[in-house]
Amino acid sequence: MSEHEGKNPLAVPYREREKSITMEALDQGQAPVYGTELERDTELFTLNIGPHHPATHGVLRLLVTLEGEYVHEVTPLIGYVHTGIEKSCEDQSYWKVIPFVERMDYLSYYFNAMAYCMAVERLLEVEVPTRAQYLRVLHMELNRISSHLFWMATSILDFGAISFLWWGIRDREMTLDLFEMSSGQRMHPRYFQVGGVMEDIPPGWEQKCREFIKRMPSRIEQYEAVLDKNEIFLHRTRNVGVVDTQRLLDLGVTGPLLRASGHSWDLRKAAPYSSYEDFDFQVPVGTVGDHYDRYRVRIAEMRESLKIIEQALDGLPEGPYITENRKIALPPRHELATSMEALIHHFKLVTEGFRVPPGEAYAAVESPRGELGCFVLADGSAKPARVHMRDPSFVNLQSLKDMSEGTLIADLIASVAMLDPILGGIDR
Amino acid sequence: MEVTRQKLDDLKIRQHTAQRMLKGDVPDTELEEYIEERVLFTTLEKAQNWARANAVWPATFGLACCAIEMISVIGSPRNDLARFGAEVSRASPRQADMLILSGRVSIKMAPVIRRLYDQMLEPKWVISMGACASSAGMFNNYALVAGADRFLPIDVYIPGCPPRPEALMYGIIKLQKKILDQPELGWRERYQAQGTEERA
Amino acid sequence: MPDATGLELIAQRVRDELGEDAVTGTIYYRDQATLEVPPARVRDVLAYLKTADQEPFEFLSSLHGCDYLPEEPRLAVHYELLSMQRVERLRVRTRMGVDEALVPSVTDLWPGANFQEREVWDMFGIEFGDHPDHRRILMPEDYEGHPQRRDFPIGGEPVIFTFNEDEGPRWYE
Repeated sequence: MSEHEGKNPLAVPYREREKSITMEALDQGQAPVYGTELERDTELFTLNIGPHHPATHGVLRLLVTLEGEYVHEVTPLIGYVHTGIEKSCEDQSYWKVIPFVERMDYLSYYFNAMAYCMAVERLLEVEVPTRAQYLRVLHMELNRISSHLFWMATSILDFGAISFLWWGIRDREMTLDLFEMSSGQRMHPRYFQVGGVMEDIPPGWEQKCREFIKRMPSRIEQYEAVLDKNEIFLHRTRNVGVVDTQRLLDLGVTGPLLRASGHSWDLRKAAPYSSYEDFDFQVPVGTVGDHYDRYRVRIAEMRESLKIIEQALDGLPEGPYITENRKIALPPRHELATSMEALIHHFKLVTEGFRVPPGEAYAAVESPRGELGCFVLADGSAKPARVHMRDPSFVNLQSLKDMSEGTLIADLIASVAMLDPILGGIDR
Repeated sequence: MEVTRQKLDDLKIRQHTAQRMLKGDVPDTELEEYIEERVLFTTLEKAQNWARANAVWPATFGLACCAIEMISVIGSPRNDLARFGAEVSRASPRQADMLILSGRVSIKMAPVIRRLYDQMLEPKWVISMGACASSAGMFNNYALVAGADRFLPIDVYIPGCPPRPEALMYGIIKLQKKILDQPELGWRERYQAQGTEERA
Repeated sequence: MPDATGLELIAQRVRDELGEDAVTGTIYYRDQATLEVPPARVRDVLAYLKTADQEPFEFLSSLHGCDYLPEEPRLAVHYELLSMQRVERLRVRTRMGVDEALVPSVTDLWPGANFQEREVWDMFGIEFGDHPDHRRILMPEDYEGHPQRRDFPIGGEPVIFTFNEDEGPRWYE
């Protein structure tokens, strides 16, 4: 380096010049480009990775201050898809809130509904029948797989592998078919109701689900075969974006991000809800906490979800699919012709909705992104007084600063991809 | 050698006919038939519209849940937009023809969308996908703009929450038909905004 | 969850450590424990519960606000605490009126509270002292009002039926 001191920068061979543009040169007070003065103030370049950008997952705006290609500071700005869902929920009766709440974290719609239904069921102290619990678990795990597939599709696209976009969406179509078969809608079906599920699964669903389970493991192996030992992928993800576990816990980060750093915390195992304790599955935990571990954890979670689905299908009990309490769940239609109470219950439920005694409850589920909690405040009327979703992406986004400050801007894009932010949940 | 009416796919016959044409051996009537089978006559506007309709490039712009269905239209092998010419979805608005507003338009995002729309070059079309972009959708509250047609001229509205990929494709095909048949039945007619075309 | 007696023991320990006025009440409803704390003492109570207590709750699950209109005091901030070791949750609640909406910030204890406190400020208008970045997060920066208060109108468009279609807003003319 010193042999080129004082020369015209263009006289220095290109490779030699490029070698100098590192942070060490800046720290030692030398100009990064030979023959130039160190103008520290003019090195900082503010870039607005605006709400519309091919790489941001949703309308996330990042204000990035760059020194060359190194990220000096990043500030996420959110609110571009703020829909005021929580305020709208206060105007609706309890079961009408379910479609609103589903549209928050719009890739894991069953989990939103599940957290809300759990909170309301806790306030009402209503028992969910076992068959309904198993059906809920089935749909949630299918949703976990489809959410991870979509994450894989869009995030590996950010690394440059477009094929994963096609493959991930192709496989996701199979799960969407299953959702459509059970409830009629591909996305945002209001399938989970307070007290159970809306309808039983039709005949043929189980068979189609088993076909899906048979097909998926080989597909996952194909994805792993492309990426696991891929040199480009390893260079871009190994030891990149490491945040230590205590910092993640202080930031409130949960989900695959926390598990990738070595801390095994999964609400399905720690505080089992909806008969998760009946299933035998493992929780994948990483070691280093870099992007590679996050990728591996999510792929492994897909396999575990397949195991859970198989066990749930094998053990699906007979029984009612929604609670028998007619004050909460609609009576089956054939009863309306014969029973007067059923008619009255139906009328009251549809027009006014059930009332919930005053109180507050917080229920949490393990969504594909972390702990999704729902806080419901009931004031005795038929409409909730406050519904708040503790969205995992909202809290996980705060770890973006730790993950990407000091790294290259390409690593910033990779960090945003591996964080798996869903702006619908962040902005609500 | 007499050339009888046979299938045009027959390569040898075509080659032979071509040879004869080069020699000048083909009689006039046959030449006219030959040309009519192969050459189209149309007006320049129609040709332009046909080209524009079959190569509408969407801008990659997704806001919320409808974006997932839009990505599944662009990407999934089952519902594939590439067969309608819209395969290339450009990230930069300056290179895109069509803006598919998929998702809820919040008051913070509205000026950004307007700026994106202004950056697109003429001719440009907007499809409002889903209930939230067409009207307020489910969310009739303080945080949303009740329908993007408050600040953008929209050509096709697609209802649904979210609309199925087939519905989105139907909307895009309707847009293509609109471009093909009556491009002037666009928003400029409706809002009496003739004369607002951008000049070079 | 700590059961009812466990909750009372926690309340007693907090009172012993921080004084009688540190806890104004306990609520145990549907197996969920809530500790009610006056707004000025919130940070001390949370710091104590995070590390110093014999049963610490070291993880802040959620920080959110609530508007209890028409009950007074009206506004509230809820802190959902979680202990990963014992898998127990505890809710700490502070209530205040609109005029005294000031709570000490806990961003130094849990940096993850940063965005969540900004959201509470944005939606409810509760100020957090010492917050490093006290500004709106979800609404545009120049927005006036705090939308999720109960007396803030829901906004939106009037639904146009045939009986009121002539009085509706006609923005296109």
